[in-house]
Amino acid sequence: MTRKRGKTGYLLVIPGALYLLAFFALPFYSLIATSLYDPSGSDFRGYEMTYAFGNFVDAITDYWQPLLRSLAYGGVATVLCLVLGYVLAYAIAFKAGRWKILMLVLVIAPFFTSFLVRTLSWKLLLADDGFIVNTLQFLQILGDDGRLLATPVAVIAGLTYNFLPFMVLPLFASLDRVDYRLIEASGDLYANPITTFFKVTWPLSLPGVVSGTLLTFIPAVGDYINAELLGNTNTRMIGNVIQSLFTDANDYPAAAALSVILMTMILALVLVYVRRAGTEELL
Amino acid sequence: MAVMTPRSGGAGTRLGRWMRERLVLGLGLVVLAYTFVPIAVVVLMSFNKPVSEQSKIYKFSGFTLDNWKNPCADPAMCESLLRSIEIGLLATVVSTILGTLAAFALVRHDFIGRSSSNLLIFMPMAAPEIVLGSSLLAMFVAAGLGGQLGFWTILVAHIMFCLSFVVVTVRARLAGMDDNLEQAAMDLYATPSQTFWRVTFPLVFPGILGAALLSFSLSFDDFIITNLNSGNTTTFPMYVWGVSRRTVPMQINVIGTVMIVLSVTIVLIGELRSRRRRPA
Repeated sequence: MTRKRGKTGYLLVIPGALYLLAFFALPFYSLIATSLYDPSGSDFRGYEMTYAFGNFVDAITDYWQPLLRSLAYGGVATVLCLVLGYVLAYAIAFKAGRWKILMLVLVIAPFFTSFLVRTLSWKLLLADDGFIVNTLQFLQILGDDGRLLATPVAVIAGLTYNFLPFMVLPLFASLDRVDYRLIEASGDLYANPITTFFKVTWPLSLPGVVSGTLLTFIPAVGDYINAELLGNTNTRMIGNVIQSLFTDANDYPAAAALSVILMTMILALVLVYVRRAGTEELL
Repeated sequence: MAVMTPRSGGAGTRLGRWMRERLVLGLGLVVLAYTFVPIAVVVLMSFNKPVSEQSKIYKFSGFTLDNWKNPCADPAMCESLLRSIEIGLLATVVSTILGTLAAFALVRHDFIGRSSSNLLIFMPMAAPEIVLGSSLLAMFVAAGLGGQLGFWTILVAHIMFCLSFVVVTVRARLAGMDDNLEQAAMDLYATPSQTFWRVTFPLVFPGILGAALLSFSLSFDDFIITNLNSGNTTTFPMYVWGVSRRTVPMQINVIGTVMIVLSVTIVLIGELRSRRRRPA
């Protein structure tokens, strides 16, 4: 299809583009500016722009723990999502037959219930004396006073659960395009299933793996709902810190500096990752 | 040269193969079942007899229909629910219109700044919500609106993050559409506006509808961005966040159950209708 030149294109794109410039690009500029304000300012006295790059040093020295913790939790949750999501996406793409559409609908369905209500259900499921904890204690996997709620395990489990569809959908889209005859051919040529998987299926699904891991990792690192509802003070993630610096402590420069650090770290990781995975054309 | 042996000779291999075929599907179904575990809890708890007011214990203590009969036992919950629906509808209308126009521009038109527009639309989806929310808050405060956070600032934020998802959804639909039918309409002397409303628009409409549903559910469910930009206004997710530290009214599970039933119904109806339209 040839693209039309002329005024219409501008007329169509300008309202949306202006909206995003005003409420996405400009705010981001504002965030960077705020991160360089004089840290001794306050809501009442106002802030002064002093190019206080020290805010960044302070933010990292004060909060390197939640920062690293967020990356670790997000990373572990992403790997778990990849394993679970790959199984599910593979089953839907190649094994579901005429139930394909129904299974896809069922993947998305649970996620139309409120994120918070779902996470509260996990709080109930993982509670002390709950079914899961009692079973694990009975099997001696957990000690008698062992618990799940308010531990990193609960937070990571919550993150894994909540972001699973972000992994399944791109993986499915990628796998669904793979010609199943290639996988069969590999078997016919005496490759065992494991070799077939790593030499044929996995490389062909790589675009889905890359976009799925990014779509899971980015929101998981920034999330603080799971850490707050399922964790304790030792599982605080960077989102918890930023949110409480903004709304409770009113320390805008520090909060903004942390936000900028988080965004920079994510961008850097994404660039390195995409380059190593060799799928730059995706971006 | 070694003699080639036939591959699936023994019954053992065949059995192994059958197991493998079923194994993957079985594991997939287990993962799918896992995603429904909390949903089962939500449905179950919607029939739960509430524990005493002071108690923080969140446990099943007996069957009752009370929660379904009095969904608004806490008026604050229904107030927040209505506010979320209102914000969701407004955000959906605005973002669907702006996003659909932009999607048409990006797929059908050539203009200076096309690739930077693409980047501008992609970026909000790649940024974590906490960064989007804190950016908006920083700007509102810098603009002197720090004291006026509320309904309007929430709405502005929701339109912003829904917009990108609308563009992506409608763009996918448009890009997958070939323009033979439109060419035919033009050849048959339809005016451009007739061609658009009789041919193009009906073909794109499912994409627009899907984008609108996605926008509504994103807006309705958003917590992180909303919480930073809401002032004293409470949406439904914020209400749930608030009560999660106190006694949780079981009515939130009624809302949760209604939401899943509604959304599954909508998606299934859409799926059945599009299947019927497709030639067998």
